Amino acid sequence: MTDSLQELSKLVNSGQLDRRTFMKRAAAMGASLAFANGVLINNALADEPVSGGFLKLGSSGGESTNSLDPATASSAVPFLNGHQWGDLLVDIADDGTVENRLAEEFSSSADAKTWTFKIRQGVEFHNGKTLTPDDVLATLERHAGEDTKSGALGVMRGIDTMKVDGDTVVIGLKDANADLPFLMADYHLIIQPNGGKDDPAAGIGTGPYKMVVNEPGVRHGYEKNTNDWMENRGFAEQIEILVINDDTARVAALQSGQVHMIERVPPKIVELVQRIPNVEVKSAPGRGHYVFIMHANTAPFDNIDLRLALKYAMNREEMVEKILFGYGSIGNDMPINSAYPLFSDDIEQRSYDPEKAAFHYKKSGHSGAVVLQTAESSFPGAVDASQLFQQSCANAGIKLEVKREPNDGYWSEVWNKQPFCTSYWGGRPTQDQMYSTAYLSTADWNDTRFFNEEFDRMLISARGELDQVKRKQIYRDMGEIVHNEGGLICPMFNDWVEGVSNTVGGWAVNPNQAMMNGQALSRCWLKA
Amino acid sequence: MFYIARLVLKRLLIGLLLLLAVSALIFAGTEILPGDVAQSILGQSATPEALANLRRDMGLDEPAIVRYFNWLGGIVRGDLGQALTNGADIADSIGKRLFNTLFLASVAAVVAVPFAIFLGLLAVRYRNRWPDKLISGSTLACISLPEFFIGYLLIYFVAVKLGWFPSVATVFDSMSFTERLSAIALPAATLTLVVLAHMMRMTRAAILNVMQSAYIETAELKGLSSLRIIAAHALPNAIAPIANVVMLNLAYLIVGVVVVEVIFVYPGMGQYLVDHVAKRDVPVVQACGLIFASFYIGLNILADIISIVSNPRIRHPR
Repeated sequence: MTDSLQELSKLVNSGQLDRRTFMKRAAAMGASLAFANGVLINNALADEPVSGGFLKLGSSGGESTNSLDPATASSAVPFLNGHQWGDLLVDIADDGTVENRLAEEFSSSADAKTWTFKIRQGVEFHNGKTLTPDDVLATLERHAGEDTKSGALGVMRGIDTMKVDGDTVVIGLKDANADLPFLMADYHLIIQPNGGKDDPAAGIGTGPYKMVVNEPGVRHGYEKNTNDWMENRGFAEQIEILVINDDTARVAALQSGQVHMIERVPPKIVELVQRIPNVEVKSAPGRGHYVFIMHANTAPFDNIDLRLALKYAMNREEMVEKILFGYGSIGNDMPINSAYPLFSDDIEQRSYDPEKAAFHYKKSGHSGAVVLQTAESSFPGAVDASQLFQQSCANAGIKLEVKREPNDGYWSEVWNKQPFCTSYWGGRPTQDQMYSTAYLSTADWNDTRFFNEEFDRMLISARGELDQVKRKQIYRDMGEIVHNEGGLICPMFNDWVEGVSNTVGGWAVNPNQAMMNGQALSRCWLKA
Repeated sequence: MFYIARLVLKRLLIGLLLLLAVSALIFAGTEILPGDVAQSILGQSATPEALANLRRDMGLDEPAIVRYFNWLGGIVRGDLGQALTNGADIADSIGKRLFNTLFLASVAAVVAVPFAIFLGLLAVRYRNRWPDKLISGSTLACISLPEFFIGYLLIYFVAVKLGWFPSVATVFDSMSFTERLSAIALPAATLTLVVLAHMMRMTRAAILNVMQSAYIETAELKGLSSLRIIAAHALPNAIAPIANVVMLNLAYLIVGVVVVEVIFVYPGMGQYLVDHVAKRDVPVVQACGLIFASFYIGLNILADIISIVSNPRIRHPR
């Protein structure tokens, strides 16, 4: 009876049931008035944030080589760290829109070439210095400068001028870009005192937590920033990020209660984790995808029929089922899915078709084996996925040779160098950013060697297009070009799968990045 | 005495030469590996400009031979330099990691070495009877299992099911000695199980070898108890091979436990080294390599000295 009462009371709290009906139904179940009321109040309390406690997170993707300099962050733990001690100008909200952080508001000129960010007043850095627009400008300068080593340089390149004007920072762009606020949400662009020019790795920011322990590759400990400018975050008194790279050890730590949440539950063991009492598996559909990439300008993949043959030989459903264990969705040979704004769902879904694959393969005139290079580090399950692909290719009469490469050095020697390999993309907040990063002819990471002038022109024109209907149409057409002509075989989009103890309240689904877009530690609390 | 001092000095000099060779080998090895530190740091997000800027900052644009001798010059002055990846002072970060590694190794050794020798003696006393077979069987079973599997078994039963000790063995400065001991209980137990069999079997074999000698027969005829014969008469003559195998295992406990460190999330040298190899952070790899090599060489010299001191025939060569 108590269980069903609990369920009912949850409906009340979420507004799906009014209090009177609840009481009636509770009475029908034989509960006394006082008891039913108590359940209701308890549940209302459980949804209220609780302050205090020591919240711990176990994460993979941490190394003893990590630095606190946000410019060099590229793995999970440095990403999470930045979101504890620092803030961005704007961040991505749970619904995928842009949310203000250190920018109080932003606006653009009519041609989307000049953007003005009004900087929040009265915000203090952890070292007591007050945030000024000059700090923001200096931060942007550091990431955009000639001698920067920032991972955000790619998104900063479109900026022409930057200046402080009163309490605002004004950014002038070379070309119009309606998505600039999304670019400012790049996780490298954490606002630091004087832009971090004095000490980039100090870990001093305006975030909800102050760093007290920094042992790269081991743990990062924080205490609450009592002077936080933002409400409704930073509930726990202390937080800690423990680096646990081993999958089994991470799950064991969650199971034995040494951490309250873990980043990344491997799909292979999700079912086992679900059986652990007091632990919930949380998944969020994301923009990240696992890919098989061909260089469209390199023989034999410069032959569009061979590319189509391989695309038709891919069994996408099987990949989602056997590699992601259902925690993901099928892809359609373009890097975009429904998690993106302005996505069109009317591009025909390509499905596994051995006959069409055989037809295109014959037409391509290719003979002999096609070599696919892979390594387990290119995405979890990549080697298995390659072997599945080998099987489905064989059904179409295509001989695929899977060449296994060492994990070590894969990103420097194989990816973006060899003509056909496995890889992954974490996804970007907007279509423009995803296409500009890897499908524009001039992109550094054009890892499919896709050179299409018409596509480039469309991408640039969509940037300056403020009419959302027209913009959506352009993106649809671009998606179709990549889908038909590109060197990308995209069988699946992977979900974020994370484990959370049921002592944790306040969990929300934010598909932008891992762990509620890095905010899990500051937005969740330990239930009393 | 003079003979031993001269011997130690000679060994130390050879050890230094070995270290120099080791450092050159490691440097050459890390140069052969694909990719460099700049590329590894920036990973998939590397742009050509960012790469070039980072390489210049790290001095990677200089030729390899120049970088090697720069590094060697620093070592001679006692300066290990800074990590290329995060600019941390190497001596500082290695200091903590090395302490952790030595702590775990010594706890494991303090348990494992006496226990292994005791079990060895016991096995000899009851040789070919059931206690001997039980000891040999169980320790050999432990060494036959991969160490990560023993680790997972202990995590599952002791940490998750019984909840006696934590599965995450992270240790830090503010911990008291007993808290530290509790934190490392499981990794230490795993290591103990892994090294036990080797030392136990060696002790047993070495003593059995001595037991064939005529003077043991004399001792037996004198009517001494069998444990006394083994401990007081046979063991001293079997010290040399036992010392050798003990030192070999101690060296393993210090330099070879990276798998156990990963499973138990223990902040020791192994994980630290692997992280830096993956990132091609040559100065750190060099420093770790040198430290590991010094321990290996040092422990081997110690084993040699013990066997010489324990054997009058070598101690007083004619």
